[in-house]
Amino acid sequence: MADALTSDPTLRRKPKRAPAWINRATPYMFMAPAVIIMAMALIYPLGYMIWGSFRAWDPTQTIGEAEFIGIKNYITLWNDPNFRESLGVTLKFAFFCVTIEMVIGVGLALLLDRNIRGMSVLRTMFILPMMIAPVVVGLMWRYMYHPSVGTFNRFLEKVGLPKVDWLGSHSLTSVIIADVWQWTPFIFILSLAALQSLPKSALEASRIDGATAWQQVVYIKLPLMMPVLIVTGLLRLIDSFKVLEVILVLTQGGPGLSTEILALRISRTATEFRELGVAAAMSNYLLMILMFLTIAMFAFNKLREIRAAWTRMAAEDDI
Amino acid sequence: MDQSYEKQSSAFYAVIALLVLMSMGPVILMFVNSFKLDVDIISGAGGLIFLPTIQNYETALCDVLWYEPDHINFCSLKFGGAFVNSLIIALVSTILTLVIGSMAAYALVRFRFFGRDTASITTLMVRMVPPAVLLVPVFGLWNNEFCLDRDSFIGGAIRETFGGRGDVCLAGTHSGIILIYVAMNLPFVIWILQSFIVQVPRSLEEAARVDGAGPFQVFFKVILPLIKPGLAAAAIFTFRIAWNEYLLASALSDRDTKTVPILIVNNMSEFNVEWGVIMATGMLLAIPPIIFTLLASRQIITGMTAGAVKG
Repeated sequence: MADALTSDPTLRRKPKRAPAWINRATPYMFMAPAVIIMAMALIYPLGYMIWGSFRAWDPTQTIGEAEFIGIKNYITLWNDPNFRESLGVTLKFAFFCVTIEMVIGVGLALLLDRNIRGMSVLRTMFILPMMIAPVVVGLMWRYMYHPSVGTFNRFLEKVGLPKVDWLGSHSLTSVIIADVWQWTPFIFILSLAALQSLPKSALEASRIDGATAWQQVVYIKLPLMMPVLIVTGLLRLIDSFKVLEVILVLTQGGPGLSTEILALRISRTATEFRELGVAAAMSNYLLMILMFLTIAMFAFNKLREIRAAWTRMAAEDDI
Repeated sequence: MDQSYEKQSSAFYAVIALLVLMSMGPVILMFVNSFKLDVDIISGAGGLIFLPTIQNYETALCDVLWYEPDHINFCSLKFGGAFVNSLIIALVSTILTLVIGSMAAYALVRFRFFGRDTASITTLMVRMVPPAVLLVPVFGLWNNEFCLDRDSFIGGAIRETFGGRGDVCLAGTHSGIILIYVAMNLPFVIWILQSFIVQVPRSLEEAARVDGAGPFQVFFKVILPLIKPGLAAAAIFTFRIAWNEYLLASALSDRDTKTVPILIVNNMSEFNVEWGVIMATGMLLAIPPIIFTLLASRQIITGMTAGAVKG
């Protein structure tokens, strides 16, 4: 590396050091493009949205023309049974998805944490569902759930069981199954990585003390993995509030409001009902939930660092 | 690898086979069905034994085929054009995000400067913003505020060359969609690349600086080549989001800038679904990410763990 640099004539030509002001301006020059783009297309729109959420705003008006109505949008939403149901569906969806994915993902990681041939091929196959477009995932599952031509009902018919109305009366379950299919591998890969970075000495010691495989899992592996698992779970929880396309393609939020998660309701309020102010207020509610989760994740990480520092200090005192 | 592998019981292999079937099954099903005629899909005859046909792909790609397939009277599905749009948007936004994001990550890791903590925390916080939250403001801004006046010099020039009416706005252009994708992906890319840049030994940078390299030369000629694995991981994740995203693209695109996900959703919502053609379009959309996964699964996994485990 260093050889390549010194042999490059353009670099050798000016042995002089850069003047001080350039050094001071350097970090700002590196940051500038990112800051400009994020300010223009993330921060400013977020502020715009908060501002717009206090207005009776429809798509034909510019935001300046819209009438200022204070927090009326928020109050309307809070008393709107449809919004509450949608919020409930969102929370239910997120809770069940993350719980099921964590249990299956961590379980599989514990099961497959062995030295077997072809592990990398297996991992490649498992991450495939995550890389495929949510729209396509929705499409595949919509076909499989189809009441007459779908794979599942055909199978049930062959075995002689009654058909299931997947996207009708069991729509939320079906949507959760599709999400679990797509995202369990995420949990699996991360917990496998956590498992493989556990200190070997602890496991050795427990084996010498005669711990069974089950005891090892419960008393050593899971507690040691816990920090990573919590962060993984929170990351997945935050992401599960972003799910939209799969549900849009599978059920379009229906039947009724049974699968209408908040993200979908926001987009419908904005495009179908043309109430931008209400949609903005709804976005703000969603943002507040996510903000809370993100802060929880930071707080947890900070706590972890502080505790690690504490243990280190305690250990040094002992010596 | 010269390590020895443990022998496992056959029940273990049965479990693995079942898992592979579960994770790959739907993809394989879609692949198989995309080569079937609608009649065969609906009648369900044959299962795996059928006469494969590329008719669905011909229907999907009718606007870019050099010959006219017999079974099509009118080419209604403009898949080829949407594919090109998707490709332009995904590639350009990936490259921009990587360049801009790696520069910012470098500054955050290697320099102490005023505003560093604010920048770093803001980056982390906006990572969780879902596209649905951006829908309303982005739609408003891109249509009303991020515009060039028709009477201004540049705006007038654009209207003269490309035609059209009204002010020149970001909505409905490739650049409008690219801008929001770059902004959406930047926080993630900055976050993930930081953990790779930290690992580059400082001594290499100092050596280059003593040899007279300026800060940009140090960055582009020393740092970037050394964090290639991180860049690969970040590139795949960025490309995946830009390639797959539906909601914002559907709000911002017009007839000529539609991307593939929009096309698929529009065709799905119709009452009478043509399963074969839809499966073919879905397969075409899924192919690039599948290829990336097969080629670079190691980088993807490194990227995922760097993002979460090191938090």
